[in-house]
Amino acid sequence: MSDLTRLSAAEQSALLESREISSVELTKAHLNRIAETDGDIGAFLHVSDDALTIADEVDAARAGGVELNPLAGIPVAVKDVLCTLDMPSTAGSKILEGWVPPYDATPVARLRAARMPILGKTNMDEFAMGSSTEHSAYGITRNSWDRTRIPGGSGGGSASAVGAFQASLALGSDTGGSIRQPAAFTGTVGMKPTYGGVSRYGAIALASSLDQVGPVTRTVLDAGLLHDIIGGYDHHDSTSIADEWPSFADAARRGARGESLKGLRVGVVKELDQPGFQPGVSARFHETLTMLAAEGAEIVDVSAPNFEYAVAAYYLILTAEASSNLAKFDSVRFGLRVTPSGTPTVEDVMSATREAGFGAEAKRRIILGTYALSAGYYDAYYGSAQKVRTLIQRDFAAAFAQVDVLVSPTAPTTAWTLGEKLDDPLAMWLSDITTIPVNMAGIPGISIPIGLADEDQLPVGLQIMAPAREDARLYEVAAAIEALLDAKRGSTFSALTPAYNGGAS
Amino acid sequence: MAKDALMDFDKALEKFEPVIGLEVHVELSTKTKMFSSASNIFGADPNTAVTPVCLGLPGSLPVVNKEAVRYSISLGLALGCEIAETCRFARKNYFYPDLAKNYQISQFDEPIAFEGSLEVELDNGDIVTIPIERAHMEEDAGKLTHVGGATGRIQGAEYSLVDYNRAGVPLVEIVTKPIYGTEGRAGEVARAYVSTIRDIVRGLGISEARMERGNLRCDANVSLRPRGDEKLGTRTETKNVNSLRSIERAIRYEIQRQAALLDKGTAIIQETRHWHEDTGTTSPGRPKSDADDYRYFPEPDLLPIRPSRELVDELRAALPEPPAAQRRRLKAEWGFSDVDFQSIVNAGLLVEVRETVEAGANPQSARKWWMGELSRTANEMNVEPSSLVTPTQVAELQSAVEAGTINDKLAREALAGLIANEGTVAEIIEKRGLTVVSDDGALIAAIDAALASQPDVLEKIASGKVEAAGAVIGAVMKAMGGKADAARVRELVIERASA
Amino acid sequence: MSDITEDTVRHLANLARIALTPDEVTTLTSELAAIVSAVEKVNEVATADVPATSHPIPMENVWREDVVADELTSEQALTGAPDHDGSRFRVTAILGEEA
Ligand SMILES: [Mg+2]
Ligand SMILES: [Zn+2]
Repeated sequence: MSDLTRLSAAEQSALLESREISSVELTKAHLNRIAETDGDIGAFLHVSDDALTIADEVDAARAGGVELNPLAGIPVAVKDVLCTLDMPSTAGSKILEGWVPPYDATPVARLRAARMPILGKTNMDEFAMGSSTEHSAYGITRNSWDRTRIPGGSGGGSASAVGAFQASLALGSDTGGSIRQPAAFTGTVGMKPTYGGVSRYGAIALASSLDQVGPVTRTVLDAGLLHDIIGGYDHHDSTSIADEWPSFADAARRGARGESLKGLRVGVVKELDQPGFQPGVSARFHETLTMLAAEGAEIVDVSAPNFEYAVAAYYLILTAEASSNLAKFDSVRFGLRVTPSGTPTVEDVMSATREAGFGAEAKRRIILGTYALSAGYYDAYYGSAQKVRTLIQRDFAAAFAQVDVLVSPTAPTTAWTLGEKLDDPLAMWLSDITTIPVNMAGIPGISIPIGLADEDQLPVGLQIMAPAREDARLYEVAAAIEALLDAKRGSTFSALTPAYNGGAS
Repeated sequence: MAKDALMDFDKALEKFEPVIGLEVHVELSTKTKMFSSASNIFGADPNTAVTPVCLGLPGSLPVVNKEAVRYSISLGLALGCEIAETCRFARKNYFYPDLAKNYQISQFDEPIAFEGSLEVELDNGDIVTIPIERAHMEEDAGKLTHVGGATGRIQGAEYSLVDYNRAGVPLVEIVTKPIYGTEGRAGEVARAYVSTIRDIVRGLGISEARMERGNLRCDANVSLRPRGDEKLGTRTETKNVNSLRSIERAIRYEIQRQAALLDKGTAIIQETRHWHEDTGTTSPGRPKSDADDYRYFPEPDLLPIRPSRELVDELRAALPEPPAAQRRRLKAEWGFSDVDFQSIVNAGLLVEVRETVEAGANPQSARKWWMGELSRTANEMNVEPSSLVTPTQVAELQSAVEAGTINDKLAREALAGLIANEGTVAEIIEKRGLTVVSDDGALIAAIDAALASQPDVLEKIASGKVEAAGAVIGAVMKAMGGKADAARVRELVIERASA
Repeated sequence: MSDITEDTVRHLANLARIALTPDEVTTLTSELAAIVSAVEKVNEVATADVPATSHPIPMENVWREDVVADELTSEQALTGAPDHDGSRFRVTAILGEEA
């Protein structure tokens, strides 16, 4: 087998099941790939010591005839926002440097139950606050397509790891686009499930009412396979949905058979398809619409007038919830402690620790969130933002009354160059304009690669949205579009990734 | 600290009208905590009754304890409250090391119960109706221990230690509306109110309600307004009042202190004050400031609670009889005089006596134990009688007396053993060797020895002066170290006289 | 125009327990002013007749049975602590209030 790391997880799974390869071989291949390339990519904050032990156990179990999950033995990368018993979990923050939690996040526990070797923890913007992975306390992550560019954020580590063939599967978290936008920028697939579809237990919270954990992969089927493992009800998370979910892998397989697009009503959200978007992004998006129409889909223009207020409301809700969620980082029970000189009070120690332990973006957001909740301002800010949330939900409800799915470019641009927006927080925040409404409404959204922008030859993503709880519909439609594009191209999208085998850029 | 000037209490009341408000926190005795599946137990090794949720570990999430909701609804109903169609949890944000997440999950503008009223009975039998604003669910904080410096006080401590076993214990906070017209009985009304709440929660079986353990805590708001004024005065909130007696004393103290200040023209500072049991005074805590901007917002990790009307009706139907009705019934059943019964109520021991009777003791004996020996000992130790022994233990003790295993004097010794946690009544009798001597041979020998020095006793008895036996009984008891069965000795002496 | 001054930022930093440097206060004051004027637009549509949505997926009465689970040992509890005495977390003296 020449390069196992280039295969999709479904292909790797087939080889494992037919005993053509072992999990140890497959895991070693990925560990080697990480060793070769990660010095420059910077996707991983921590590489696990016992991925090979788990791989070995899976091989033994398979040899012993134990019935295994399709993804058993396939190595997976985990965003550092998720708590892991055996590895540090820092959320990209200095305030949690070296912290090893005494418990596993539920999605991680489910990976282990499915016997998937965990390769390590991936880089991210501190506490998932950012759109470029430049706000990590532990350094930047580079885009595997062009190492002078950002991989998107906050989950740049997971996206680049998958994009650079360091892993075929990874977990991300998405509060305002942190799975989908990096997927678009790295030419990978990123799925944000319905809010409550995947447990948040053990995911270090940014904004509780917006956060959602989901899969990062190179194919839609792989995302479905991984979602089937991590998803479903968890009594540790009160916001977890107790419904039975269909198999998302089955939905993806159904979509790939090619019947799903005929008669499908596809809505194009006017507010998410603006003239100001990068020309190469708009070009690929409109080509895709044309292709869908040719396949018998009905393209419908819809309007969502309140999306204009989504970013403003999002930042109020996010910062308010984050200011409270991040209060627990106080140097008492875990993490960093900075003791100022003299005879400091515990209050002084807390303030000094938080000053030293939080980066600029975290402080900016905590201060804004504190302001939004403070006496006399609640109604005007947090309260109003929650009302805007109602209006955005109404816009979606009106749109979904007319169409089956909504589509937009995943991001207004392709990946920008490192440092480009670092000094302009507002510009950085606005880059999530296309992904934010999905989190505000709690609906599922997926990003799949649809081509390269002419001007910079960088990946462009298509975002597909469905009503809450209709995650399976997204897998079906996304897989159908993916199959169509692969057929046209004559290869998978990831096959286009420029060769990179280590060494400085 | 400078001593506060105090105005004479009666003079203070001549010039000012006291208005009080009470906040009572009740710790619920569920098996697990409010939002975490950790054990809700008292006295475990530090930081062992905790989950990631109690410690506020990154990534952990709260889940509501259904039993705690049921308990809260029952309490709300017993307080005559309306039960909300929808209620919600909110985060109250402030930093303190005993608060693991640096926010307390509480309820803000949507409490589970509101608009109630509670009738409480004063020492003289007068009934006062206390208006209740709300009762809401929340979680307790951890426990801080201050080390170094003077006597564990926070001032001058070198460092503090935090145990999160109590963090997350379910609480119901009951808040009254301002209580007017209590006049000189403000403290007594407050005491009777807290005592009634204690009876209610014990009757419901939803809290141990032991004040010395902090299961029941009272914060007392006190303000004064000059006679004839409409506007309420500035209030202080006195915390750390952990016995019924202290509630009364603390309120009285605040009235006298505030009156002295107002009389001098000094404004009252709105502040938290701490009650000191030892000195019987209050001292200022943190003044209300900017730091009290709690930034409440709906808890995004929890969903609204909408108690079904069926659940509310079910819990309403299961409510025990209200304290006032129960008192009327018990007084009749026990056949106590007004004075005897009221003295039990006033001592705050009705629950103990009732539970002792329920455990098998006769009412008179139950009353005697709690009002006598136990009250005396508790007073000496400066604790509540209920903290010394359980009603079941008292009933066991009494049954040993009635069985003749021990006499009254030995029973007092056995009681000391119970208080010292030496084991069950039977074990203590065994270990301390408290069984009465019922061997007639030994008793007769002792009687003979006693009669030798008081030969005229038998004649007196024979001539009808039966009380003369007392002298012999006393001597026998003394000779046998108190372990003689006095009734048997008496029988034997009378037998001898008529022989 | 927003009403955000350096005093506002210092007050917020105190509420949030972050010991900002004077430079950070200056920077954050101007950033916060710009951000607040950008997010204020929510008030254009957040009228009195619009209800607030606090949870994206409406649910209610989510609760658990009163059964002990998931407890940690004190070693596990203390494992990440900056300082402890073997059974309890240790913090610097808490001054400014009498308990
Ligand atoms: Mg209070
Ligand atoms: Zn409270």
